[in-house]
This record gives sequence, C-alpha cells and structure tokens, in this order.
Amino acid sequence: MEQKTHAGGRCAGRLSKDEYAKNFSDSHAPLNRVQAVIEADRCYYCFDAPCTIACPTGIDIPTFIQRIAQDNVRGAAKAILEENILGGMCARVCPTEVLCEQACVRNTNEDKPVEIGLLQRYATDGYFAKPGAPMFTRAASSGKRVAVVGAGPAGLSCAHRLAMLGHAIVLFDANPKLGGLNEYGLATYKTVDGFAQKEIEWLLSIGGIEVQTGKALGGDIVLDHLVRDFDAVFLGMGLAGVNAIGISEPQAEGLRDAVAFIAELRQATDVASVPIGRQVVVIGGGMTAVDAAVQSRKLGAEDVTIVYRRGEEAMGASDYEQNWAKTNGVKIKHWAAPKEVLVNGGQVRGVRFAYTSLKDGKLAETGETFELAADMVFKAIGQTFEAAPVGAAIALKSGRISTDDDGRTSHAKVWAGGDCRYGGRDLTVEAVEHGKLAAISIDNTLCG
Amino acid sequence: MADLRSDFLGIKSPNPFWLASAPPTDKEYNVVRAFEQGWGGVVWKTVGEDPPIVNVNGPRYATLLSQDRRVIGFNNIELISDRPLKQNLDEMRRVKRDWPDRAVVASLMVPCTEDAWRDILPMVEDTGCDGIELNFGCPHGMSERGMGSAVGQVPEYIEMVARWCKQYSKLPIIVKLTPNITDIRFPARAAKKGGADAVSLINTINSIMGVDLERMTMHPSTDGRGSHGGYCGYAVKPIALNMVGEIARDPETHGMPISGIGGITTWRDAAEFIALGAGNVQVCTAAMVYGFKIIKDLTDGLSNFMDEQGYKSISDFQGKAVPSIANWQQLNLNHIEKAVINQELCIQCGRCHIVCEDTAHQAIIATLNGKRHFEVKDEECVGCNLCVSICPVPDCITMHTLAPGETDTRTGKKVSGQFANWTTHPNNPMREAVK
Repeated sequence: MEQKTHAGGRCAGRLSKDEYAKNFSDSHAPLNRVQAVIEADRCYYCFDAPCTIACPTGIDIPTFIQRIAQDNVRGAAKAILEENILGGMCARVCPTEVLCEQACVRNTNEDKPVEIGLLQRYATDGYFAKPGAPMFTRAASSGKRVAVVGAGPAGLSCAHRLAMLGHAIVLFDANPKLGGLNEYGLATYKTVDGFAQKEIEWLLSIGGIEVQTGKALGGDIVLDHLVRDFDAVFLGMGLAGVNAIGISEPQAEGLRDAVAFIAELRQATDVASVPIGRQVVVIGGGMTAVDAAVQSRKLGAEDVTIVYRRGEEAMGASDYEQNWAKTNGVKIKHWAAPKEVLVNGGQVRGVRFAYTSLKDGKLAETGETFELAADMVFKAIGQTFEAAPVGAAIALKSGRISTDDDGRTSHAKVWAGGDCRYGGRDLTVEAVEHGKLAAISIDNTLCG
Repeated sequence: MADLRSDFLGIKSPNPFWLASAPPTDKEYNVVRAFEQGWGGVVWKTVGEDPPIVNVNGPRYATLLSQDRRVIGFNNIELISDRPLKQNLDEMRRVKRDWPDRAVVASLMVPCTEDAWRDILPMVEDTGCDGIELNFGCPHGMSERGMGSAVGQVPEYIEMVARWCKQYSKLPIIVKLTPNITDIRFPARAAKKGGADAVSLINTINSIMGVDLERMTMHPSTDGRGSHGGYCGYAVKPIALNMVGEIARDPETHGMPISGIGGITTWRDAAEFIALGAGNVQVCTAAMVYGFKIIKDLTDGLSNFMDEQGYKSISDFQGKAVPSIANWQQLNLNHIEKAVINQELCIQCGRCHIVCEDTAHQAIIATLNGKRHFEVKDEECVGCNLCVSICPVPDCITMHTLAPGETDTRTGKKVSGQFANWTTHPNNPMREAVK
C-alpha cells in the first residue's frame, strides 16, 4: 500500500507498518522483575496507608507491594483482585497521579511516588500469565437470581462479586462484546494485545454468570420485566449519550463523536485502515479529548489541536494526561468556544471559534474569532446518561441515577453504579467499587 | 591535611587500610593492582605446607542481598592458598622488594606441631615480609583438619603456637581470632600470654546463606551438597565492633594492638573500629564487591573526617570511644530521654506509630483532631529509640534528654541530675554484693 503521509483530507495508511505498530504498542512499558523488586523496595509499608485510603477500591497497596518484593506474585495479585476484580485494567488506566500515587508519602521529600500503577500491572500481568488454581470460588448456591445490565467495569465487578456470593447472574449488554468502556472507550495503546477481553474471560471463569450480548435496556429487555423475573437488578449502563457542541452540526464528512472514533480504533483489526485527517481539531477538555487527539497524531495526522473553552486548570484531563498529549505533539488551545463548523462540498474544512474569557466569574465570548482548518473535527465535550430506558421507575439526580452509598436506587429491587450513577468522577476504578459495594448490598438484602 | 600514615607494630604503611588475607591477596597480580590503587598494605592469602590444598570447582561464594542487589552479607568456602608454597613466597618477596613503602604481612596456617611452625617461619621471614599473621580463624574446611578456627577455639593452642612463633621468628606476630567462640576475651588473653604482638579480628562467622527451595539443597552447594561457610561483609560489622571493644576494654588485654576487621565498607566504618581501639583496619568484602578503587574513597573520607575533627594522626582518636563502653549495670538509670517527632520533616508514613503500638509502649498517637498526625506521648514514652531506629526520614525523630528538675510525665518523678545505676538501685536484691 502506498504511504500517504502528507495527503490532504481524510485518509488511511498515512504511516508505514512499523510506525503504526510502534505508535499503537504499549504506551508505558511494563516493569520487568528487576525493576519491580527495586521499585517495590521503595514502598515504606505505611501504617493506615494514605495510598490505600486514596484508592477508590481500597486495595491494600503496601501489602501487594511487599508481596512483590517477596517474589510472591500470586499473593500480590490476590491482594489487588480481591478488592478490585478489574485490577489489571485499572493498573493501565487509573489516573494514579490523582489517586494512590498522589497520596504516596514519598512525594514529600522526593516528588517521586512509588510507581504503584506499574507495580499493580506487574503483579496482575504476572498472575494472568500463569494463573494456576482458581483464585476465587463461589459460595454455595443461594437460589437467588440477579440481572446485571451493562457489562462495563461496574456491571462486571458486580456480577463477579455476586457470583462469588453464590447468586446466579444474567449479564446483559447492548454491544456485541462485553467490557463497556474497557472494550470500546479506551485509547488503544493503553490496553494492547486484547487485554480487556482476556481479563473478562478470566473474570467470567468463576462461573454462574450467563452472558447475553446485544440486549439493550429499553429495547430487547425492559426494566419492569427484569424486576419481575429477578430477585434484584443492577444497572450499570454507563453514559450512552454524547453532548452536543451547542451550535449547528451540519451533516458533513469528518465531523464525528470522539467516543465513536475511539471505539472504531479499538475494534479495528488493522489501525492502518482507520482514516484520519491531515489536520484535526478536537473540541473538549477531558480524557476522551486527549485520547482522540493523541490517537489522531498516532494515526499520522500532521496538526492536531485540542480546543477547550476554559483554562488549563479547569480541564477534565489531569496534568499528566495534558502532558501526555503535548509530548505526543498535540497542541492545546484554551479559552475558545466553537461558533461554526465550516463545510465545503459536504466535507468539514475547519471550525470558527470565538475567544472566551471570564467576565464577573462567568464564561463569556470576547467578540473576536479565529478559524482552524481541519479535515476532521471530533466532539469530546462529555457524555450523558440516557434515562429513557429506565423510565419513571427510578429517581434521578442531575440527569443520572440517584443512589445511596451502597448503590441502592429509589426502587427497592434495583441498584446502580458506574458512570450512570450520580456523584462520581467517571473513573473505571470507581465503577468497579460501585459494582462491588452494590453486590454486597444486594447480597445482604437477599440473604440478610 | 590529616596524616594517614600508619605504624602498626612497627610495620609502616601510607594509610591504615590493609587488604585482609583472602582471595584479593591471593597472588602477586592482585596485590600489585591493589598497591597501584593505593592500598596501604596486604595480608597475603594464607599459605600452608605443600602439597597445597585444593578448592571446590563449584560456587565458593554467596551473598545476602538487598532488593537492589546490594551486598549486605557475604560468605565463602574457599580454603587457604591452593598454590605451591614456593610460588607464594617468591611472589611475596618480589612484591615487597618492588613496593617497599607498603606493608606485606604473611598469613600462615600449618598443623599444630612445633616442627611445622619451626620449618615454615624462616622460609617466610626470608621473603622480607613485614610480619606474620596466624590464621586461627578460618571456620570452614581447614578447621575440619584441626587448623584455623579449630585452633582459635582453644585458648591453650593459641598460646602455644604464638609462643613457638615468637621463639622461631623475630617478626611481629599477629593472631587472627575467630568469632565462633562464646567470649572473645579468652583467645585474646591467650594470644597475649603466648607473646603475640597483636590480635586481628574478626575472621568469618559460621554460616549457611540459604536454602534453594526448588532443589531443597542448602545454598551455595556443589553437586547437591554444601558446607557451612564463613560469613562476613557489612552485616557482621556490629559483631566485630563488639569483639574489638571487648578486647580493648578488658584489663588483661587493654593496650594490646588490634587490627580491626569485619564488614568495613566505608571510611566511617574504619573510623569506628579505630575509635574502639583498632590500630589499623583490614578490608576484604568491600573490595570483592566493588574492586580495589574503593581505597581512594576510604582514605579521602577518613582524611576529611580527621580534618573536620582536628585529628592530625590516627593515634589522635584511636581508642577514644573505648571508655564509653560499659557493662549494663553501670548505666545511669536516672538519665531520662523522650522521642520527639519533627513535624516539619515527618512524611506521615505512620511506621513509628504502628511499631510503638504493636511492639513497644503505645507512646505515639496516629490522629489529632481527626487528622493523620504522629506525635509522642511523653507520659508513655520510655525512650527506647525504636521509632528513631525505624523512621525512614533521617533526623525526623530524635531523642531529647530531660534536664535536671524537669518532670518525667511517665513516672511523675523529677529528674534528679544524680547518677545512679543498678548497683545501687532499690530493686536490686544484690545491691550490696554488686557494690
């Protein structure tokens, strides 16, 4: 195939085979054994460890690190997985810089926390490579059946814990593959070699979880029937809606939702076949914007600009993610809001932006504008919960499902967790904790 | 600039660092390389009677390592020199001729008969070497043949052989002591009684480095079998310091020259041995871990330390810390210390709290006003130093001495400022007798 590095417009095959392979390989090399034991030795084994407190799933981090130091990889993995069944994926995608590693006491004198995320990956990868005897087993059958809707991190976590506790689970998902954002929503270089599916396959090996894919709530399944047919229901559908950019969105080639682009890349058998513009504009300021922008660069886009309507400090993407974007050649432009998507002959050719600033604490346009040329424009200004399938049966708060700390909704037989639940930070690791806590709450309710 | 020159038993060397009798001093090639780097002297690897012994061809060494594979402890099962006596003596002679300003001391090990010592001593003396060290310490292999530590463990043998050596040689005689005994003072006294000029210590400690749990064999092993080795390296330093200190303060051996050996890795270690009475020091493991170049760091560090402290020569601080070593019953029981945590330096790991709570005196709080905070409760603190010892931050936790007149809130008693030890303590049923 001829290489089209500088071709204008949208086009696939901009790079050589080797460049694609390099760009979409593991973005952060895993630790080898030598590196892992040396890094593990840096852990002070704190009392009531701040890192554990900062971990949404409460993994006993000093314990798993001590086990790595003692060459007990299975024990380390167990300390992780018993609190966070998706500890392998979380090791790859957790924003550790604002969670466990931010709390590490090593920061005080060294500004260099123990590499908890990489150590967690070392332990879980080591275990998955050689799992041996089952780590988790099921309690005696309770005779209870639970429906789990959505097989993302929250649903998987909930299903696994319920299975452990002896319940029978039917796990529904609208997509053809399980995993939710783990499968469709993460940058490809964060989870290479089909890790998401391998992890799910291992998770399901506990047994007692019947999988039904291609079943969307409100379509093939309805909440009323689930409540009628099951002893309890867990909702973990995530955020299916994509926010509009608030201006006219013309039907034009090249104007896309960032989440759809990210999913397409994850599902592509060959990333070289995914077309990308020479010039790309990403509108938004969160992790999705960064994932879309960086992957655009990695597909060979020449100029990629993230445009965000507020300043750096207000961005949803962490400092670490912003730096990751910058080191990958993405330009981040602050204080500009989209005014018009420019189209020529049914093809996006750019975006006109208005400069913004804070006036009396409120965001306002300054009246000046500028244009950025673009063959592709990605919308990445957040996702929303699509409440319609839940109907009026469940109380919402700010457009998401309202629950108590254990995930119990306004409906006595329904629990919820993950991004669709109100009050979180939309993190994978939080979703896992939601699922775990809801499962325990469901178990207490059914068997208590 | 401090004067590092050393005079040990009249044996002069440009600095007090000798390489101990061990693999680094096995032959001319190694010794010359050591002298080129600046080592003050060597004790040549122990020679014995012909035919020479043989060594195993499997592992001779093994280590105790940190996670970062830094060597903490070291063990060996190498025997004495496995080369013919003449070859060793010829090389020794050449080296001494070529490096007249360096100390070359021969280490000997022959059977415990007068003939054996009478025969070998003149041959060794003829090389022009500066002194003789008697290897009564080697704890492995040779000891099974009635030599090495088998001699060092019997004070009467030490005395006997030392006497023969003084009789048949005019060179200074150093007796190298084994730590594999219950009280180091007895072999040291025996050496003195036999007329030896000095003792050197410690030799290595009986040890098994580990077990290979896959093969279920001790480690290291040769063809499935291992033999205990001699343990040395940084980890043995405290054991060696104690033994050096014991000999230095024993009235019967006080003042007897000591060559300090055992885990010396840095200039600071060497200075500590000298402060506890050693006239010079011998190094082996550090060189076997890093090579001979470390001598430059040892001499440089010692020199800077001496300059800072105003010591002009080694003898200025030799033995200076010996009077501080006492028996427990001589310690001042009226002296009160409390740990203090510097909140500015504290990184809040909480280790001090948990170890005090679990294993000591429940004297460190973990929360204050609902916040993570570590602080000493003076009313519980006995001044044990555990928190200071395990705190990962240097100088974060320190010991504070209560001044006379202050109240110890743990006991409610005022600090008297009067010295009083166990010998006078009312709880001591033996107080009359002890006094």
